[in-house]
Amino acid sequence: MTSPPPEINQSKAHAIEIRIRPRSNWMLLDWRSLVDYRDLIYLLVRRDFVSKYKQTILGPAWAVVTPIVTAVVFAFVFGRVLGVETDGVPPQLFYLCGLLGWNYFNQTLSATSNTLRGNYHLFSKVYFPRLAVPLALTLSNLVAAAVQLVTFSGVFAFAVLSNPAITARPTWAALALPFLFLHLGTLALGGGLFLSAITAKYRDFQQIAPFMLNLLMYVTPVIYPISKIPEKWQWLAAINPVSAIIEGFRSVLLGTPGFNLTHYALSIAVTGVVFIIGVGLYQKLARDFVDYA
Amino acid sequence: MSTPIIEILNISKRYRLGQFGMSSFREESEKWLQKLRGKAPKDNSDSSNRDFWALRDVSFSVQPGEVVGIIGRNGAGKSTLLKILSRITEPTSGEVILRGKVASLLEVGTGFHPELSGRDNIFLNGAILGMKRAEIAAKFDEIVAFAEIDTFVDTPVKRYSSGMYVKLAFAVAAHLEPDILIVDEVLAVGDAAFQKKCVAKMGEVSGQGRTVLFVSHNVGLISELCRSAVLLEHGSIVYRGDVTKAIELYTNQTGASEQFTRPDTGNKTSGTGPHICSVKISNIEGGTLIHTSGGYNVHIEADRGVPYLGALIRIRNHTGLAVQYFNTAFQGDDDSCDNTSPSKFALAVPKAGLPPGHYVLDAELWLPEGRVDGVDGACRFEVNDGYFDGRQANLFVGKCTTLTPHRWNSEK
Repeated sequence: MTSPPPEINQSKAHAIEIRIRPRSNWMLLDWRSLVDYRDLIYLLVRRDFVSKYKQTILGPAWAVVTPIVTAVVFAFVFGRVLGVETDGVPPQLFYLCGLLGWNYFNQTLSATSNTLRGNYHLFSKVYFPRLAVPLALTLSNLVAAAVQLVTFSGVFAFAVLSNPAITARPTWAALALPFLFLHLGTLALGGGLFLSAITAKYRDFQQIAPFMLNLLMYVTPVIYPISKIPEKWQWLAAINPVSAIIEGFRSVLLGTPGFNLTHYALSIAVTGVVFIIGVGLYQKLARDFVDYA
Repeated sequence: MSTPIIEILNISKRYRLGQFGMSSFREESEKWLQKLRGKAPKDNSDSSNRDFWALRDVSFSVQPGEVVGIIGRNGAGKSTLLKILSRITEPTSGEVILRGKVASLLEVGTGFHPELSGRDNIFLNGAILGMKRAEIAAKFDEIVAFAEIDTFVDTPVKRYSSGMYVKLAFAVAAHLEPDILIVDEVLAVGDAAFQKKCVAKMGEVSGQGRTVLFVSHNVGLISELCRSAVLLEHGSIVYRGDVTKAIELYTNQTGASEQFTRPDTGNKTSGTGPHICSVKISNIEGGTLIHTSGGYNVHIEADRGVPYLGALIRIRNHTGLAVQYFNTAFQGDDDSCDNTSPSKFALAVPKAGLPPGHYVLDAELWLPEGRVDGVDGACRFEVNDGYFDGRQANLFVGKCTTLTPHRWNSEK
């Protein structure tokens, strides 16, 4: 057995000393306090999950139904009607896989972008690390994403078994899925925190954000493969950090060829920047907001 | 003396009056543009007028185990001080050192989710207040017993009565075990029996050697629970020390600064009739602390007397609704009014019968032909908490506009 880390011993010895100063380092992420409040984060995840599905007839099954219906509709509209090619993968699987990533990103970003406005009452009455709430939202959406992943696997297995002509197979790189989710979650959380901070200050963004998110789906290769983007517009896909991750999902699960390591590395860099700015702005606004709203 | 558990060093807190939002977006972009052009942003001149200092250079320290009451009139900075100590907001300058685990109760039931059961909410609320899951689990039965909700633990709290809700919320808070407990006026909840239980619990907490900071308007409760107190006025400390002395100063302070007189109205109203030159409200003893069950007197003085001059007084509550009305023209058996040429009127109300809260007094002068002068909002006064015929007066707040002596009987 390893000995417990020294911090725990310290706190038991009543060495707690909290210093409250003006403008304390709001740019920094206070990992220690988030770890201290891990029980709160767990309970918030539980609350989000339970309250979302309470009093609905299907309960968590909604996380299964909606992506399937969306994939079927997409397959009809984009596959049959518009004839969008899907890298040789059956369109339903192609869309279901893309939506797996996109839905998680979309739901997490939408949910976290309302953190400050939605929790003003809580934030103005009690102290806890302000990041606990959006972090919990990011994690609770992960539960829905896991349900979707299981759904996808089921549909995939069924499709492959019933139609041997389907050649799409997951690759060993599918083991990197947790990393893809982490990457996507970090990006969504960073973007959500950023939006949350600016909507707290300028309410207009509350109207603009869902609209922009809708548009973002069309410039992200969710309903079409990245290979279908003309050469001279490829850079657009490259600067959109979501693109590389969505392509990543399809590459590891369906073995499609769209994954580009340079794009992916760029996406990681952008994600890092978005996350740092998001956390900083959010923490700054979380404080000002309590005073002025 | 040992090391203080709370050290407050010269903290000040400034609030910017004005809007937080689009209006400041324009200002900010202007400032930003000016910066870009290399000019120093013109500041201070207009923005400093809109600054409001909720706290100014407040310093004091608290020893471990001390129970300190914080008193002061509305706007004295009590809530701001608590918010800074609770880490909800930061001071504009100065520093606070807290040596121990802090729990603050600025409100009961923060973060309760209506869809979740009592059980889930106990855990969630406990965690929000800084408890660990294991701690909550260990105290779970105690909390449920204290809240008296045992049969409803697994019912969503949205189905709770408001009384049950509040009891549950307080029960969670009461079982926190911090080194420093910061409590705002949250004890004014639930029925009288439950309140007694809460006060007893507060006493118990302080008996265990914890440090407690307690804010309340209820002077009786402060003197019961605390040994020392801090008196704030306009964001500064006026007194720090013995609780009895602090309460005495506080009571006098409310008398001195709330001088309900209005000396110069004469020139403002047109007409030739007499004008009101002063209006004053006081309690029976002449002080200005008006209690719900105590009486009050109003004195109106006109600049000159004329035959058949009459007076009218209207008391309005915070919503503007007239809750009491007095008119010399409505004569009663015990009135003694001299109609030859009165210029001073005195109204005596033996029992205020108003729920605790803020009130406004309008005064008017009348002649048989009509109104000759009037001052709306001549006095603003506060009716303090307390008991009305042995009933907790603040239970009636928001339920009705006046209190009247009454007695209940029930039979089988």
